[in-house]
Amino acid sequence: MAPDHTTDHATDHTTDGAAGGRATSAPLLGRDEEPTIFELSRPGRRSWQLRTTGVPETPIDELVPAAHRRSRPVPLAEVSERDLVGHFTRLSARQFSVDLGAYPLGSCTMKYNPKMCDAVAALPGLADVHPATPAKAAQGWIEALVELEAALCTVTGMAAATLQPAAGAAGELTGLLLMRAWHEAQGAPRRKVVIPDSAHGTNPASVTLGGYEAITVPSDERGCVDLDALRAVLDEDVAGIMLTNPNTLGLFEEDIVAIAEAVHDVGGLLYYDGANLNAILGVVRPGDMGFDIVHLNLHKTFATPHGGGGPGAGPVAVSERLVAFLPGPRPVRLDDEDGGLAFGWVVPERSIGRIHSWHGNALVLARALAYVLVHGGDGLRQVAELAVLNANWLRTRLSATFDVPFDRTCMHECVLSATSLKKSTGVRALDVAKRLLEEGFHAPTVYFPLTVDEALMIEPTETESLQTLEALAQAFERIVADAAAPGGTERAREAPHATPVGRVDEARAARHLVPTFDAR
Amino acid sequence: MAGYTPHTDDEIAAMVSFLGLDSVDELFAAVPAALRLAGGLDLPDGRPEPDVMAHLEDLASANRACGRDLVCFAGGGAYDHEIPAVTRALASRSEFVTSYTPYQPEVAQGVLQAVFEFQTLIARLSGVAVSNASLYDGAAALVEAVNLATAAVGRDGVWLSAGVNPSWRAVLATFARGTGHRLVDVPLAGGVTAWEALADAEPPGAVVVAYPNYLGCLEDLAAARALCDETGALLVVAFDPVCSGILRSPGDWGADVVVGEGQALGLPLGFGGPYLGLFSCTLEYVRRLPGRLVGETVDIEGRRAYVTTLRAREQDIRREKATSNVCTNQTLMAVTAAIQLGWLGTSGLAEVALRSAQGARYCQSQLLALPGVEPWSDAPVVREFAVRLPVEAAVVVDRLVDDGFLAGIALDDTYTGGHGDGLLVAVTERRTRAEIDAFVVALDKAVR
Repeated sequence: MAPDHTTDHATDHTTDGAAGGRATSAPLLGRDEEPTIFELSRPGRRSWQLRTTGVPETPIDELVPAAHRRSRPVPLAEVSERDLVGHFTRLSARQFSVDLGAYPLGSCTMKYNPKMCDAVAALPGLADVHPATPAKAAQGWIEALVELEAALCTVTGMAAATLQPAAGAAGELTGLLLMRAWHEAQGAPRRKVVIPDSAHGTNPASVTLGGYEAITVPSDERGCVDLDALRAVLDEDVAGIMLTNPNTLGLFEEDIVAIAEAVHDVGGLLYYDGANLNAILGVVRPGDMGFDIVHLNLHKTFATPHGGGGPGAGPVAVSERLVAFLPGPRPVRLDDEDGGLAFGWVVPERSIGRIHSWHGNALVLARALAYVLVHGGDGLRQVAELAVLNANWLRTRLSATFDVPFDRTCMHECVLSATSLKKSTGVRALDVAKRLLEEGFHAPTVYFPLTVDEALMIEPTETESLQTLEALAQAFERIVADAAAPGGTERAREAPHATPVGRVDEARAARHLVPTFDAR
Repeated sequence: MAGYTPHTDDEIAAMVSFLGLDSVDELFAAVPAALRLAGGLDLPDGRPEPDVMAHLEDLASANRACGRDLVCFAGGGAYDHEIPAVTRALASRSEFVTSYTPYQPEVAQGVLQAVFEFQTLIARLSGVAVSNASLYDGAAALVEAVNLATAAVGRDGVWLSAGVNPSWRAVLATFARGTGHRLVDVPLAGGVTAWEALADAEPPGAVVVAYPNYLGCLEDLAAARALCDETGALLVVAFDPVCSGILRSPGDWGADVVVGEGQALGLPLGFGGPYLGLFSCTLEYVRRLPGRLVGETVDIEGRRAYVTTLRAREQDIRREKATSNVCTNQTLMAVTAAIQLGWLGTSGLAEVALRSAQGARYCQSQLLALPGVEPWSDAPVVREFAVRLPVEAAVVVDRLVDDGFLAGIALDDTYTGGHGDGLLVAVTERRTRAEIDAFVVALDKAVR
């Protein structure tokens, strides 16, 4: 089948150099479905080869009692190695990625992931170490974790950290349990946690799992926490507040000092959601703003690859008064005066307990350590500067194309709105997102934060070039112009076309649930 | 300064001027001056990649790695199974590695279909109808299973077998402080759960048991199912996906929710992560499922397509009423497991399970022939078993490292009653007879 998706982008020399940031090539061989591996399966075909061991081949009926044995093998797929490689390679061709093109997905910090960090994670001396290896045989690993913890504490301005949480949400819940343990130690656990209305959904979900009631405070007309509204809900039953700063509108909470004072005045703690830390690396630290608990998303700020949805890593750093409550065992540098080990494990005195089966997503942590060391203090500061510069350049460049609900300097991301476009053409933020896919870019985050109508949340990150930003801006302009042209609304509603599949029927997926091949 | 940002000095100047500013610093005017870091971060300046690589290689060489330095007999939830070149190559394709959560299905069919295949494979292995798209690790999957079961039944109590991995039980206890779940530990007798110890306990929301359990023993799941039928609790089974190649599936035994650690499906030992939390359940509870679920649908032209579905359960929509707070999961590990299971196929998974059981049987019989080494129990095992040593197990593990063996895991006091004499040994299909024989000789020397 011949490709049916020839593109007709106007040749524009200002964006010719955006090769690194734009992906317009659709799958090589057209838009046919890729069969599932179950449909590729043929009985008797195989790929596996196992080591020759010389171990006595005891019959299965002497090993496992009949009552516990399967009557027949689990039916998996039966394919050759060649089939396997073809299948997953074709699937990979149906997938957008940072390596392919720009990914301005707001709130997700989809920056380029340095390949060197992958090479670190593949070192046999890191990748092939069993997590139950005695400390004396894992000194390099424990030292690496201690080194990363120290660097993260320097970046956040905190006293100590746990590296166990496997993602941001796990970090949030860890932080809330630390909050609970601290208040219990003061004599009363308290019942409420305050969250701004613009917060990520994980915040309120974590609050519930932490055994707290979520109290929402509104944002003011400038997009920041309404200080008066906050003061009105603060009382001695408030355990703390969870804040993202810069917030999810990409705006710095200018009243952060007053917020911190107000919360501390009623004995509450401040929790920093590190989703947006990329904006302020080396500029300002959560610890200096008055935060007591900070989680970091290493898969955002520290460039560990996101893997199509994970793995992440969500370390939690705390101020001095909370150190004794941290999860354990913690990797520590030991006092080796008596010639013992230099590094080992210690469970903090009043530890809330374990958060992870082992020590956290260790190979993700190793990648983050490499990223920190390559950048250093100067490089991390430059990351923040260029991330904020890129976001503001795009905000300004697009200010005539979309509504700008908060027209002031943003941090690492900007939130625009398609309200006017929708009013004049019927084309919604979702349609704009789908059209952008056809233009060779990933879509921005849409309909978040919930406080902005028809929100388009754009986070270019520091690793995209000026040429890519210009190409992205021109793509947005073309989309908006075409929306107003004859038939534009329909074209937008039916987009995307030049993608491996067209607009996906999400409602049908929920209505006629097919969660496995066997449920078809 | 690292070379990952493309901006030239001229471009930075032009962009600043486009914004009507005089300097990059002005972008941060909203940050109160008193809070700003005057001298930058107190970290050394950045170093070139080769220098940093050399430092990380130094750290890596200070570890004793399995394969390179140690023959691995340790398990406890992390196993040294074969990972072929093809799994490593496909799982490291940057389209899978460097993509985000599939929020735009039209450009994420690769990850979505791979996860759909993963869900199908895990559902078949566990013997229940639905699997989610992954959770962080086995412990996290157990926590979510208990959350589901207690909410579905409307009771806070959990009967928790001591045969469940002690780290997972510790994680469950940590999170129970927030959820208020009451965990009732059920002791082991003869290596398997002594449910009769609970005669007078209040009916629970969940009964949790591992199959095989932490000591490698096969539990009587029919008895656990009967307990659930009597009390109205849900049966949560922590299974092992590799042993499942020869064992009856938890679903076949009547499990309502099945959880597990998926590391054995093609993931490196990696000092404990990133691993793969497996979570599956019967169709009855699909609307309580934690985390992402991929479903099949069609696109606008009627072609088969995949998309994350039943999204109304999730935190970004339901917020404080969501079934779970999980957002980022372990998708790349799920894709890797799908590739590994594709490589193993029907016959390969059964063969790995069988060969592991054969190796464990041979190793167990050789160890038990040593003077002073006693069986922990006579319950049947598959890949892992415990033995009682005449000396402290932690000391033996420490000593055998010097002989080139990771001898296993010393059982903690809750199992040994403070004697420290229990050693948990795992044998996979990768262990040769020569390695096992040498290990037995070294252990013999260490316990004498």
